[in-house]
Amino acid sequence: MHSKKPFYILVVLLFISGIAASIFRGIEHDVPFLPGKQVQSWAVDAKVSFQGTGEPAEVSFALPHDPAFEVLVENASSPGYGLTISKDDPLDHRVLWSVRAANGLQNLYYKVTIIPTGITKIKSLEEPIKPQPYIWPATEKDAAKQILDQVWGMSATNLTFAQQLNKTLNASERSQNVELLLSSNTPMTLFLNMLHSKGIPAQEVSGLVLEDQRRRQQLTNYIEVYNDGEWILFNPAEGSQGRSDNVLLWDRSGKSTLDVTGGVNSRVNFSMLQDTRSALATSLDVMQNKGTLDFSLYQLPLEEQSLFKGILLIPIGVLMVVFLRVIVGLKTSGTFMPVLIALSFIQTTLVTGLVGFILIVACGLMIRSYLSQLNLLLISRISAVIIVVIGIIGLFTLLSYKFGLSEGLTITFFPMIILAWTIERMSILWEEEGPKEVFLQGGGSLLVATLAYLAMSATWVQHWVFNFLGIHLVILAVVLLMGQYTGYRLLELRRFKPLAGESS
Amino acid sequence: MRLEFAKPSLLRKNGVLGMNKRNIDYIGRYNPRKFYKRVDDKLTTKQMAIDNDIAVPALIGVVSEQHEIEEIPAMVDEENGFVIKPSKGSGGKGILVITKVESGRYFKPNGQEVSHSEIYRHVSNVLSGLFSLGGSPDVAIVEGLIQFDPVFDGYSYEGVPDIRLIVYKGFPVMGMLRLSTAASDGKANLHQGAVGVGVDIGTGKGLHAVQFDTPVDVHPDTNKKLTDIQVPHWDFLLNTASKAYEMSEMGYLGTDMVLDKVKGPLLLELNARPGLAIQIANGRGILPYLDHVDSLGNHNMTVGERVEYAKKHFCHSNKL
Repeated sequence: MHSKKPFYILVVLLFISGIAASIFRGIEHDVPFLPGKQVQSWAVDAKVSFQGTGEPAEVSFALPHDPAFEVLVENASSPGYGLTISKDDPLDHRVLWSVRAANGLQNLYYKVTIIPTGITKIKSLEEPIKPQPYIWPATEKDAAKQILDQVWGMSATNLTFAQQLNKTLNASERSQNVELLLSSNTPMTLFLNMLHSKGIPAQEVSGLVLEDQRRRQQLTNYIEVYNDGEWILFNPAEGSQGRSDNVLLWDRSGKSTLDVTGGVNSRVNFSMLQDTRSALATSLDVMQNKGTLDFSLYQLPLEEQSLFKGILLIPIGVLMVVFLRVIVGLKTSGTFMPVLIALSFIQTTLVTGLVGFILIVACGLMIRSYLSQLNLLLISRISAVIIVVIGIIGLFTLLSYKFGLSEGLTITFFPMIILAWTIERMSILWEEEGPKEVFLQGGGSLLVATLAYLAMSATWVQHWVFNFLGIHLVILAVVLLMGQYTGYRLLELRRFKPLAGESS
Repeated sequence: MRLEFAKPSLLRKNGVLGMNKRNIDYIGRYNPRKFYKRVDDKLTTKQMAIDNDIAVPALIGVVSEQHEIEEIPAMVDEENGFVIKPSKGSGGKGILVITKVESGRYFKPNGQEVSHSEIYRHVSNVLSGLFSLGGSPDVAIVEGLIQFDPVFDGYSYEGVPDIRLIVYKGFPVMGMLRLSTAASDGKANLHQGAVGVGVDIGTGKGLHAVQFDTPVDVHPDTNKKLTDIQVPHWDFLLNTASKAYEMSEMGYLGTDMVLDKVKGPLLLELNARPGLAIQIANGRGILPYLDHVDSLGNHNMTVGERVEYAKKHFCHSNKL
């Protein structure tokens, strides 16, 4: 007897890799583990408007760039304008509209659909350049130096310096020095200048506060401060630090958000709308944008996709049959016939399928009993049964159409060859062992088919077998494992009941 | 029917063999696939048995082509009765028994006439593989009718009682007499309603009886007490079964034998997947016997020694 160790290692490997592949897919690609899961998305419209002066006009507009949000769909609409979207500079995505002559009020639109990614940290890939120290005007120099020295003494890092500074500028009872500086500076510029004076990398960025169903919104300005590989957001006007989930950083380029040449009175307004969409569709869109769809069935043309949706259900049906035969001990006529019947139940729905199946087999049996008197060779008899089955299906379909029963039309989904063999086997069984055995085995097959159908038609099962291909490795492992099961079958416990007493 | 389930631990304690364990640990391990033809093809079994001096029912003829079917009436002209069976049939399927041949007319055991065209159709079905495993084309065997021994008169209804022995690695470990009933339509297959009587390996005496997996005391049609049965030629039967091991090289084997009035015990067929109901008929599990044989390890016992060993150790008064 050879060792079973390699077998169990194989099963465990299959199991682990199947589970791991599924979890990887769920977490890395955001494929939802449950079907019908919804995610929030935001639709943001930016409306750029300006007065044309009849001159050639160029509008350069910064596009949102934020690791906390993933862009699903974006488009810019602007009839009559040339349009370029440039994303070469990783920090400075821009859209460029151009027109030879702009007259009167011009409206340009940029629409984007975004979903939150949950990544709120803004990582910096490279060390930013140290800023040039700000040259203070003579009137402010001493006040600024005093504040800076005081705050510097109370801080240890860029971050704590910025925090202390923010606190000092927004204290409820501000020192005279601060009041003096704020009288000629906005909190924003003062904060930025003071950070730059100490050589701390910091820059002004703009963000959009996302609120459902808001129109005519403007960008809010923030200062981001570099600290240890990461940019931290501050709002010195409010004295707050960090970012809330509903802030979309729009422009981090440090340049102006909107540049218009050849126009006057330019401005940009934002409106936004919160929406829910299917998590699955969202993750597919994201994968498509990233080009990571490569190893997925979603690459296939739609027709093949729907074919695979059916094919990938077969392992579930097979698993069910193995379980019912090996563990429970049910008898079926034809090993995997119930799986094929269950597949057609998916098309017909359960009740129509059961009724249709029983009708066809019953009619087939009647006609087969006539054929059996004709002394035909087996092969031509089966062929005759196949043709008759097609006739029966055609007849039922026509009848149900005439009576307006649209359910009846679906019985064309039954596999005819399988039906013909079923009829042949049942007929022999009837002749050899009587009608009781026919009902037992036929009923057993239908029971298994129904159970397989229930397993295969569950929406989460359909979702899993198609979206998490790793699950098939797990099914393979389970089937292999059941092939080694030497315990009693459930029905044997009943069969051998007389042997369960004290041994005589 | 009440749904009553036995506790698996109790069954295991009593050494009951289940289907899965039989398939994996006994059939899968000790019955080599390459020798299956020796037992699945009854014609091969028959020829091997004749070569090994094991008595079998007389072979009247073999039909392997459609056009040969017409030769059957000529073949059986001299016989009192005959049996047509598919060579690769299983579970008693496709066996046609004619007990009376009267001036070219054929009658079944229940007196019903079978027309020539029905015979023709039946044999045609056999050749097409309707009864064979996997539906492969088959041949039909025409055998002489067994004149069954009157010792079982009153124990069997319209059919030949046969003796099933489980032979494990050459040791007969469990025996059962199968008696046909009205419910089984003269057939000796337990799942069709035949009565199974467990037989003591040591003595050939009846022990327990079952029908449809339920214990019974008397034959349902004749009301004779089943446990009174004593199977004659018991040693000869054990010897024949034991010999079948060398012949088939199957470690876990079921042998089916019948008692002919004139020729004595005849080997009907061998079975590489013998059923488990024999345990119910014997009122005990088979595993202790199988384990006992395994514990012997390598031995060089002859057929006779194995039978003696089995009679001594596997008889029911001897608890394992």
